[in-house]
Amino acid sequence: MHELSVAMSIIEIAEEESKRRGGLQISAVHLRLGLLSGVVKDALLFAYEIARHDTPLAASRLVVEEVPGVIYCPACEGRRPVGSLEWFCCAECGSLASELVQGKELEVVSLEVEK
Amino acid sequence: MSSGTRIIEVRQNVFKQNDIIARALRQRFRDAGVFVVSMVSSPGSGKTTLLERTLTLLRPHYRVAALVGDLATENDAVRLARSQAPVKQITTGTICHLEAAMVQSALEGWDLADFDFLFIENVGNLVCPSSYDLGEDLRLVLMSVTEGEDKPLKYPTIFNSADVAVITKLDLAAAVEFDGGTVARNIQSVRPSMVIVELSAKSGEGMDEYLEFLKSQRTAFRPADISARS
Repeated sequence: MHELSVAMSIIEIAEEESKRRGGLQISAVHLRLGLLSGVVKDALLFAYEIARHDTPLAASRLVVEEVPGVIYCPACEGRRPVGSLEWFCCAECGSLASELVQGKELEVVSLEVEK
Repeated sequence: MSSGTRIIEVRQNVFKQNDIIARALRQRFRDAGVFVVSMVSSPGSGKTTLLERTLTLLRPHYRVAALVGDLATENDAVRLARSQAPVKQITTGTICHLEAAMVQSALEGWDLADFDFLFIENVGNLVCPSSYDLGEDLRLVLMSVTEGEDKPLKYPTIFNSADVAVITKLDLAAAVEFDGGTVARNIQSVRPSMVIVELSAKSGEGMDEYLEFLKSQRTAFRPADISARS
């Protein structure tokens, strides 16, 4: 359970961005969360509600976009979705593939701020 | 989005701070010629026992050191100190994993050029350590034969973040009717082409192959340094 420290980092990033721009009223933080980031969406949303207390983001929402895993499939010679975490193969042809090209993301993409 | 709001692009990796420190550590390890191996597993898989044997067996031929992470107590550092190798305990308080900054501050006072191998034993946890790069060259994920053959399927992310799977407590395999073939299939399913090592630190079975593997990995990662020392 490291979602609380992750939530606190997200709030820190948003606060820094706000400071850098001379103070923003942030209503939402948009986040990309990869399948293999090691962070659980529901736990993170729960942690965010706790972490935002007594910060300038107390009234903000966390909006999570889940990013699926994508591998490079040597058989298909291209980027293909991964079957699942438990079946780490090309979802289309079933070939074993260990090269992950997408899915580790944990990124604050944007802030939604009052005009 | 309501009409009263606008969007500001940020695009910042949440683990950026950790990744920056981990990258700097990796460079320091490379410059110093030390090969760094980290170990992750659930609590009780035998990380400390394997590490104690590893340090003891490597020490006559290599300069070895270890960092060991736990939430509390210095017990593991005391155990590992029996190997005579330099060991430091990292107590994380309530944090369930090691972060690169903890490794960085634990290394203070050590000259990395004094070591050939540095081992980092993570906090016993199969979930959170997968998100944190520690700057290591090789990450081992351990699972003991008593943990159930489907462990890799239950914790795929950590297996996916590791380079090598080490099956421990092989001396208990018969008693728990351990099915190595099923485990191997499950590991390959979550991490295709992952190297699998089976051993018992207690009986010594598989230890020679494991140590040879570590040495060969070190040679592969630090070729210039090896030729300089031999």
